[in-house]
Amino acid sequence: MPWIDACATDDIDEEDVIRFDHGAKSYAIYHGVDGEFYCTDGICTHEHAHLSEGLVLDFEIECPKHNGLFDYRTGKAKRAPVCVDLVTYPTKVETGRVLVDLS
Amino acid sequence: MDALTIDGEMSRAVNRNYSLTGPESKRAVEAGLAAAKWYHSDVPRKTMKRLMKRRDGPAARDTAIWVVLHILFAAGGIYFWGSWLAVPFWLAYGVIYGSACDSRWHECGHGTAFRTRWLNDVVYHIASFQVMRNPVNWRWSHARHHTDTIIVGRDPEIAWMHPLKMSLMSLKYIGIMDAWESLKVIFRNALGRLSSDELDYIPETEIPVAVFWARVHVAIYLATLLATIWMLIGGYGWKSAIPILLIGGPRIYGCWHMVMTGLLQHGGLAEDVIDHRLNSRTFYLNPVGRFIYLNMNYHIEHHMFPMVPYYALPELHAIIKGDLPPANTCLYDAYREMFAAVLRQKNDPNYYVKKVLPETAKPYRESLHDIVPDRVLA
Repeated sequence: MPWIDACATDDIDEEDVIRFDHGAKSYAIYHGVDGEFYCTDGICTHEHAHLSEGLVLDFEIECPKHNGLFDYRTGKAKRAPVCVDLVTYPTKVETGRVLVDLS
Repeated sequence: MDALTIDGEMSRAVNRNYSLTGPESKRAVEAGLAAAKWYHSDVPRKTMKRLMKRRDGPAARDTAIWVVLHILFAAGGIYFWGSWLAVPFWLAYGVIYGSACDSRWHECGHGTAFRTRWLNDVVYHIASFQVMRNPVNWRWSHARHHTDTIIVGRDPEIAWMHPLKMSLMSLKYIGIMDAWESLKVIFRNALGRLSSDELDYIPETEIPVAVFWARVHVAIYLATLLATIWMLIGGYGWKSAIPILLIGGPRIYGCWHMVMTGLLQHGGLAEDVIDHRLNSRTFYLNPVGRFIYLNMNYHIEHHMFPMVPYYALPELHAIIKGDLPPANTCLYDAYREMFAAVLRQKNDPNYYVKKVLPETAKPYRESLHDIVPDRVLA
């Protein structure tokens, strides 16, 4: 699958997240505190909640529903009630746009 | 009793079954009430980000005060032992231990009190022990409470179950039955046994952890009991009660504030709705009460946005109150409303408080409420 244009780099504040819908799925695009961009599935693996409504703290995203934590760089589940890791996707930046590989 | 239907055309009234593994659980799932999309007031993302931000400062200050008050009140109670002067110290110690623990357990369980995660975890475990709750079980039960707030058959933390038994509810204020029930659960978990409800909301991988913490709690209680027995044998007389007054006992004689505020959270309000404005209560409370309760009097706000730390709830309330039912003006006002409702529910079990929203508010989301079966009198 080719790289998909998700958003502009300045659409996301540093240490924040936005929702990106593509096809029938929802994804979350993060602007990390290291200036890099990351992409994960957009729905929490515990229950249906959009992570884009959660809180980004350093390299972690906290689910808005039950405060479960994931490392959005690796998708690793880090605090109950989340137990299942998030799927992550490669990203790259080209001419001010964030591209994601959802294959 | 008729079989339950979910088509909104109940031909006969039914009583409610609050079990998480009973027919009402299935009904709630089929009706779309489980893990539903709940109403949220609109708050701009930038504002919400600011409100959600964690700081260590406020919780460190409040925890330090909490710890110091434990020490001061306990020291006063022991120093004045044998005199009436000891009584107020023990009463105050009881509330700081047996009531303030509940809000610390709650806030640290959400992970919102401190920015530093291990501080949340340490206070969470201490408070879980004080409130006699298995720290694993209750983390999961509370997650379910937030997913399916007051959804019958789904929420394991419904305090007011119909038909209401007012005499039993009044006993909650002195904590004996609740503490006894909590101890039984802890001891049962320590033996490696979990109930069917617990198994419904706790993942299998967490069960050994739940058993481990139950055994830690049991070990501390047994050590406390042994200390009391040792003092009795040593001829300390009534002074032998001090270990139990310090550890475990406050969950009985000091829990009244926790019960007083906790019963207001959802009492007299709607079941089986997906709008927290219909099933939760916000009321104004004095600063001492808010310190003990960690601002959980802003309960609609907390349920709508559980990521907002307790110290930001007053500001969140100010921002969205135009979209909320009017807050009760004080504890007395909240109790008057709740008691009037629950007393009416004794004879009219389908009644619930539905406040008039301000003109600035969006209408209540009541669509799924149509499928709620009628209750009958017991």
